[in-house]
Amino acid sequence: MSRNADNWLLRVTNLTKIYGEPNENTVDQTGPKFNSNICPETDSIVACADISFDLYPGEVLGIVGESGSGKSTVVKLLYFDMEKTGGAAWLKPYADGSIDMLSESNQKKRFIRNNLMGMVYQNPRDGLNFNFTSGGNIAEKLIMAGNYHVGEIRGRASDLLNKTEVPVLRMDDRPANFSGGMQQRVQISKAIANNPPLLFLDEVTTGLDVSVQAKVLDLIRELQQDLGIAMIVVSHDLSVIRMLTDRTIVMKNGRIVESGLTDQILQDPQHEYSQLLVSSLL
Amino acid sequence: MNILEVTHLSKEFNLHILNNKRIESLKDINFTMKEGEIIGLTGKSGSGKSSLMKCLYRTYLASTGEIIYLSKNGAVDLVKADDHRIIDLRKNEITYCSQFLSVIPRVAAIDVVCENLFRVEKDKDFARSQSKNMLEQLGLPYDLWDAFPVTFSGGEQQRINVARAIIAKPRFLLIDEPTASLDAKTKDVVVDMILRLKAEGTSVLVISHDEYTLDRLCDRRIDLKFGEIISEEMATNQ
Amino acid sequence: MVENIKYANKYNFAFIDEATKKEIRRKLLKAVAIPGYQVPYSSPEMPIARGWGTGGLHVTLAIIGREDIFKIIDQGSDASVNACNLREFVHQMTNCQTTYDTSEATLIQTRHRITEEELTENQIFVYQVPQPEPLRSVERYEYRTRQMHGEADYAKMWVSLYESYVRSGDIMLGAGYPVKVNKRYIMAPSPIPRWDVPNLNQSKALHLFGAGREKRLYAVPPYTTVEALEFEDVKFHTEDFKGTECYKTGYKKAFLDELYFDDGSKHFIINDSNFLDKLVEKESPKQHENKYIKQLQS
Repeated sequence: MSRNADNWLLRVTNLTKIYGEPNENTVDQTGPKFNSNICPETDSIVACADISFDLYPGEVLGIVGESGSGKSTVVKLLYFDMEKTGGAAWLKPYADGSIDMLSESNQKKRFIRNNLMGMVYQNPRDGLNFNFTSGGNIAEKLIMAGNYHVGEIRGRASDLLNKTEVPVLRMDDRPANFSGGMQQRVQISKAIANNPPLLFLDEVTTGLDVSVQAKVLDLIRELQQDLGIAMIVVSHDLSVIRMLTDRTIVMKNGRIVESGLTDQILQDPQHEYSQLLVSSLL
Repeated sequence: MNILEVTHLSKEFNLHILNNKRIESLKDINFTMKEGEIIGLTGKSGSGKSSLMKCLYRTYLASTGEIIYLSKNGAVDLVKADDHRIIDLRKNEITYCSQFLSVIPRVAAIDVVCENLFRVEKDKDFARSQSKNMLEQLGLPYDLWDAFPVTFSGGEQQRINVARAIIAKPRFLLIDEPTASLDAKTKDVVVDMILRLKAEGTSVLVISHDEYTLDRLCDRRIDLKFGEIISEEMATNQ
Repeated sequence: MVENIKYANKYNFAFIDEATKKEIRRKLLKAVAIPGYQVPYSSPEMPIARGWGTGGLHVTLAIIGREDIFKIIDQGSDASVNACNLREFVHQMTNCQTTYDTSEATLIQTRHRITEEELTENQIFVYQVPQPEPLRSVERYEYRTRQMHGEADYAKMWVSLYESYVRSGDIMLGAGYPVKVNKRYIMAPSPIPRWDVPNLNQSKALHLFGAGREKRLYAVPPYTTVEALEFEDVKFHTEDFKGTECYKTGYKKAFLDELYFDDGSKHFIINDSNFLDKLVEKESPKQHENKYIKQLQS
């Protein structure tokens, strides 16, 4: 354990997001024990609290839980889509993991986001600009990382579209005219455009039909193998978690109730809620 | 040298959702395993063979006891080790091959087999040639190589599963019923493959109900009943 | 003229009251201190409607002194209706001397052009700006564009240039081509043609921009770097007048207007009326120098 204890890529401690005006009892009076994330005293809502974990390079971590359990909040906080209420997170490739990235200025956060992370949202509209072409969407990410050469941008965009099996002929079409699965693949191309060491996937296969789902999963798996990207996969679908992840965190009412190896969580869940989750889905 | 030392291992399931019902699956298991040894786990269905194997692979969390595994980097207690250490061992040393094939849909058979190899071998074509070689030995019809294993018959899936488990030459192999639905000829091929691994230093724990397989493979057998070891015996051919 | 003086005396010098002038000057100082940054200001009521040059007029009236010699052009011409009316208004309100001669003027207000004749350190150039926000075409919300400027997050602007190139094989922006000022802020140089954009770079004059309807002021101080946005392999270029020349003077190195005569024939003529007049009078006014003009063969 001590041998590679320092080998983390992302370290998250006590990540907390509370809406409203909490008091000192808010965190203690919410969570799975109370089966609620609304503070009885202040009515503030604890989206997530005390979330801590390490992610290793190349590792795929799953976060499961029912709607409202706070699983999406965790990745949105880490991708700076939301402001944290408390907690800290360090990313190894940024300042050698010595600076809490959640406390950085917006400009630095943007740098981290553009160069060291990628995000694939459930709804392609959140990750893609539908007024731009699919090539333009990828260009946006490349430009943000400092590439101002149209020829190189187009070369890289067509490589990425090739990799994600989007016909390169459609590079100059708008994603609004694409099928859902293809939009999702354009989104993935954009997310990995700068070879980030870390990728967030928020319910990426939800809403796609089964055959398209399988293709997207296969693509993610392949990218993980080829590029060694570490990933955090948020899903309520246990079969997605089973196929993609090494390790899984189970969340309920904004808290981690259990974490472990994915096959252990699925076959020998310890917490009452995990047992319920697994037994109702298998 | 012992690669594995299991002491006072027990496993109890606490089913919260069934009014905290407790199921005792393994009771005070003690045994050791030498490096390069093949041990057969035997016993009736429900005797705890698979539970034991899953405890060793950390698919199940043991309730008490120690599982000391001597890795390339020193001794590790598989019960208490950090998840990342286990992932590391699974990637590099320990492979588990279950009775059932579980794969991502729509990945060709040949790539399913390669999966573990891709982790270490960056040259994909080389990995695929290894995989072809293996499928050829196992007699999987050529036209199935590029098909999706989900659609295969039981015996075909079994062969894919075995090939996938042994292609990367693990240091410690846990294998559950490798020959169950195979014909006599293919059974021999699988047994030979495992023996070849053993010759290269792999230690193997195998579950089987098939006397022929057990006879050919095992140095030793451990017989389980109701979650307890009732006998440990040397194989007759030793 | 007697009537005019009587009329002007009813008002404060330069129409706007001194307190409001002070406010505008303070905002102008801030604009000069942060080149290219848009400073919100009061945009007081004027006797003309907002959007008809009030921004430029605010700036002019806030900074004009009794010694100033005022020139105003609209699309390069001293004689268009907008220019004539505003010239008359400024004159009535200040009694300052007005002129058509670019080199004589100390304060020049303009709509949509920079003079062909080079500006000097003694001149202030005031623009009437309809849309001060260069990012408006890619982001409709003001709070977002201000955030984008604050964090120098200009990827969307660049993507729109990329998209334009992909669609048309060129960056199809005529007037108001976005520029980066002092390597920091992206600025809309009011809708001047691409021809004029390089003349902002390291200009000796002070350039002040006023957008009355949008209530924003911004500035390019003298000797400031102003760069048109361009990709490493897709470059900015000025309007192409290849194969044409001014029919009156035969001059090729100026921004030209297209004219159709009654017989249907097409001719070109220098857009800047004072520059044209000087060439016709056989004077040789000193023109701006930039690499795009140099490339042209005369």
